[in-house]
Amino acid sequence: MLLYKKLGQNDLERKQAIAGYLFILPNLIGFFIFVFVPLIASFILSFFSWDLVNEPTYVGLENFKMMFSRPLFCKTLLNTIYYTFGVVPLTIILGLFLAVLVNNTKKNFVYKFSFFMPYLIPMVGAALIWQSIYMPNFGILVYLLDKIGINSPQWLSDPNWAMPAIIIMSVWKSIGFTFIVLLAGLQGIPARYYEAARIDGASPIQQFFKITVPLLTPTIFFAVVISMIDSFKVFDQAFILTKGGPADATKTLVYYIYTQGFEYFRMGYASSIGWFLLIIIFTITVFQFIYQRKWVSYDL
Amino acid sequence: MTFNLKKIIKHLILLIFLFIMLGPFLWLISTSLKEFGDVFNYPPEIIPKTISWQNFERVFTSFSLVRYFLNSIFVTFVRTLGTLLTSSLAAYAFARLKFPGRDKIFILYLATLMIPFQVVMIPLFIIMKYFGWVDSYQALILPGVFNALGVFLLRQFFISLPKSLEESAFIDGASYFVIFSRIILPLAKPGLATLSVLSFLWSWNDFLWPLIIIDSDTMNTITLAISKFQGYYFTEWNLLMAATLIALLPTIIVYICAQNYFVEGIAASGTKY
Repeated sequence: MLLYKKLGQNDLERKQAIAGYLFILPNLIGFFIFVFVPLIASFILSFFSWDLVNEPTYVGLENFKMMFSRPLFCKTLLNTIYYTFGVVPLTIILGLFLAVLVNNTKKNFVYKFSFFMPYLIPMVGAALIWQSIYMPNFGILVYLLDKIGINSPQWLSDPNWAMPAIIIMSVWKSIGFTFIVLLAGLQGIPARYYEAARIDGASPIQQFFKITVPLLTPTIFFAVVISMIDSFKVFDQAFILTKGGPADATKTLVYYIYTQGFEYFRMGYASSIGWFLLIIIFTITVFQFIYQRKWVSYDL
Repeated sequence: MTFNLKKIIKHLILLIFLFIMLGPFLWLISTSLKEFGDVFNYPPEIIPKTISWQNFERVFTSFSLVRYFLNSIFVTFVRTLGTLLTSSLAAYAFARLKFPGRDKIFILYLATLMIPFQVVMIPLFIIMKYFGWVDSYQALILPGVFNALGVFLLRQFFISLPKSLEESAFIDGASYFVIFSRIILPLAKPGLATLSVLSFLWSWNDFLWPLIIIDSDTMNTITLAISKFQGYYFTEWNLLMAATLIALLPTIIVYICAQNYFVEGIAASGTKY
């Protein structure tokens, strides 16, 4: 009865409150079981050692210490950073380049449609297509490079070229995202700014750097953050194209979590790496909140 | 004159990129139609010497591709329906109804937006094991139904709707559920469509979770199945590409039919699924 009183000042408010709880209930229950509980469980698990068979044993910070003493973990972290710093700048720069070109073109439907298309197909499918493109000796890429006089590397079987191969494939796959986001941003810039600049005699290049770039920075910033977060989670491509090889050259953080968790059944250790990933993503997000105002000019 | 030259250069650059972006699709179609003997021809042929439609027949007969395809359709359909139903109910409450703790719960939802699936997948697997749901449809469907992004997207959409219709219905004595189902949902069709296409993509393209939770052959989703074909077919690129083409065709068909919802959904929510 006391609880009921707390719901509102009068019956009408209380009725609304009860309705509110009932409306969120189905989602909240599922959310609790499939998001909230696993999140807490993963945090707790990261302080335990558990192989799913024997009783879990508390190991304190041992999992986190073990992480940095393992060369393979450090390698997967570096690989993931390598991937991120390959994919993010390329998708942003090429995406911006294409968005500007398409934005200046009148009949641009075919371009818009095609540039966005690879983004929507399953990553597994994209990886399989590119595996046949990278095929050594017979592949179309080897042939095309040969035609322009470049001696093609053994893409996926060369430790130095496997990661670039995955980066190229991923840029192709996800450029549609930055393209479409930046294009939406460009379309939000009022045409009168460009008109005014033209009257003042600004060249197209001046217009790009003095109008487009400053006004587009919020959108660019947003695209960079989302792409970075996404890049840290890379898995599918590496799993399909190279199985993490050759010589672990393409083993990524999530790949490491996957093998530790579901091949070696080190549930605690895998969870602690999961939390490490979460901390990276959390840091990027916090960074975004703090520096948004510094870097990004919103004033028109 | 210079104006035209600029235009030509611009279109030339765009066409080169068009070729790069569509090239892999051409290669996919071309390889999927080649005879096995022609796959390793050098120089590679874009138009196959002999077109072998049997490739598609073979991937359907030698593997239960139909089964995998139907698995994916079933999982995607139920998951999308579940997302729409539970998210829209919750989003309506967050957008319109006042109740103690509402904003705190909503912030909790928002906070989980940045949590990568990879963090929760291990306990999620253990929970599924505990429920006895490993290798089941429930396991494929349920975790994907409850995502904060769906609630967030629809809440933003509901907030943008005018309140006047609801208020007059409320004065006429309509219950909240009637207002929700008769007034809000019909008005929210564009928002629901956007969430549907996003949910379709998340579900159809999902790979890591099916890889973890599915063991038996009959439970494969189509994306998981083609990743396994890779091992079976080995060098039979024509068959592998035929199966890949079938797996990604639905995403392209849905994209053609609902292009604007995809573009809006992804540009507005900034989601990478």
